[in-house]
Amino acid sequence: MPSSEVTNPTGRPDEIRAVPVRRPGRWIAAAIVLVIAAALVRSVVVSPGFQWGVVGEYLFDHRILAGLVVTIELTVIAMAIGVVLGVILAVMRLSPNPLLSRASWLYIFFFRGTPVLVQLLFWYNIAALYPKLSLGIPFGPAFVHPNANTLITAFRAGILGLGLNEGAYMAEIVRAGIISVDEGQADAAQSLGMTRVQTLRRIVLPQAMRVIIPPTGNETISMLKTTSLASVITVTELLYAAQLIYSVNFKPIPLLITVSIWYLVCTSVLYVGQFYLERYYARGATRGISPTALARWRAAVFSPKHEWS
Amino acid sequence: MSVAMVNAEAVRKRFGRLEVLKGITLEVQPGEVMCLLGPSGSGKSTFLRCINHLEKINSGRLSVDGELVGYRQVGDRLHELRESEIARKRAEIGMVFQHFNLFPNMTALDNVTCAPIRVKKVAREGARERARELLARVGLADKLEAYPVQMSGGQQQRVAIARALAMEPKLMLFDEPTSALDPELVGEVLGVMKQLARDGMTMIVVTHEIGFAREVADTVVFMDEGVVVESGSPADVLTTPRHERTRSFLSKVL
Repeated sequence: MPSSEVTNPTGRPDEIRAVPVRRPGRWIAAAIVLVIAAALVRSVVVSPGFQWGVVGEYLFDHRILAGLVVTIELTVIAMAIGVVLGVILAVMRLSPNPLLSRASWLYIFFFRGTPVLVQLLFWYNIAALYPKLSLGIPFGPAFVHPNANTLITAFRAGILGLGLNEGAYMAEIVRAGIISVDEGQADAAQSLGMTRVQTLRRIVLPQAMRVIIPPTGNETISMLKTTSLASVITVTELLYAAQLIYSVNFKPIPLLITVSIWYLVCTSVLYVGQFYLERYYARGATRGISPTALARWRAAVFSPKHEWS
Repeated sequence: MSVAMVNAEAVRKRFGRLEVLKGITLEVQPGEVMCLLGPSGSGKSTFLRCINHLEKINSGRLSVDGELVGYRQVGDRLHELRESEIARKRAEIGMVFQHFNLFPNMTALDNVTCAPIRVKKVAREGARERARELLARVGLADKLEAYPVQMSGGQQQRVAIARALAMEPKLMLFDEPTSALDPELVGEVLGVMKQLARDGMTMIVVTHEIGFAREVADTVVFMDEGVVVESGSPADVLTTPRHERTRSFLSKVL
């Protein structure tokens, strides 16, 4: 019986099974990459300079772990300062008040325009500029007079330098997020009787988060690594802890590897956190929600038909 | 003698050098449905946005329910209202937008309960109960947990109407509520609006749906280039227009 469609006994059209095109280029490229990778792995494992034994020895050394804790503290506190400052600066920048807007612009100009290392050194040496600090009414009486040298420790100088610098970058990220929200959203919120602050907090910022989160995740990962600059002002974070050890035992390479391993572990944890945060703030942005890594793995392993070709 | 729900006297509005409203005078009585017709750029939407102070007028007088929009009169001087006072007045006026402007990160139910909870400080459970009723009333009892992207344009606009009604407004403003919809979906939104009109809601509707205006409106106003060209009953304005401009517009839309 002639039929315009190719059908099998189930009545459904057959899927096309054709001989795939040969792609020799892909095979050659893959072979080259494999050879290079094998050579690298061999050199890393075999070469004595890496001293994997020493790496193992120091990986959980209490001085390294103490440095890791300081690195994490610096990252968390500096990012917290950066995010809060960033939101304030972004709102100031978008404010109809020209003085607020310009002040914010000037802050961003200054802190983005100078290297963070210079800023760190600056805060570390702040006592040379203001030996005596005071807290009180501007141009009026002061209540406390802390000594700058004792108040601004190396750790606090690190926090200030990293956090205030981060605020400038976060301000631009938050501003981009706020601008990305459709103006109709503010119209709708205000027509329902919300004030400008409520509109920003309840309607605009939550939607801006979708745009703000991915670059903020990058900033956090970048901050984790930038904290190593604090070693220059003698904050005993991960890198400086390792430097203190290898200045005594003269084994810099294995200790730098130890440090790198810990940085990689931390950035990996941050990647996972970022994924879940992005998923949370993507609600309503797409029809479906992207599956978690675990769900994808489960689907790949337990699905009845494997399609890994 | 009852106070007019909306009273506009010689209202003018400029954007920079461009004068969009050139002296609008009209009155809407409580329970009245007014349809604003006119070509795009004639100032209909701007006038609507002036009524709940999303735009500031430059001159003239505009009052809602006997109170000036955006100002308080003390003696013969006008004082600008504080933001919280403006917000309180806006809460009594519902507005429905051409592009729905639903909050995309919230479910239909949360869209409707958001303002009552945040602005009116209604208890969460009470607000949800009322939102379920309203969503059922616009035919969306089965979409409570749906996000806006998961709904058709017609469904989204009906949620937007429910969201505005949740604040129990005394006046509803519709800014081209069906212009962004597929022709097949226009009917369901107009159906909800007709029901609302029958229930006695005071409504100002900017629309291109002549059929709707003919059937539902008490007054039809035809605007062009920032002025009211003519107004009157639907029969007068739509069937026997007096002005050439109205006639030529209607011949193109009908």
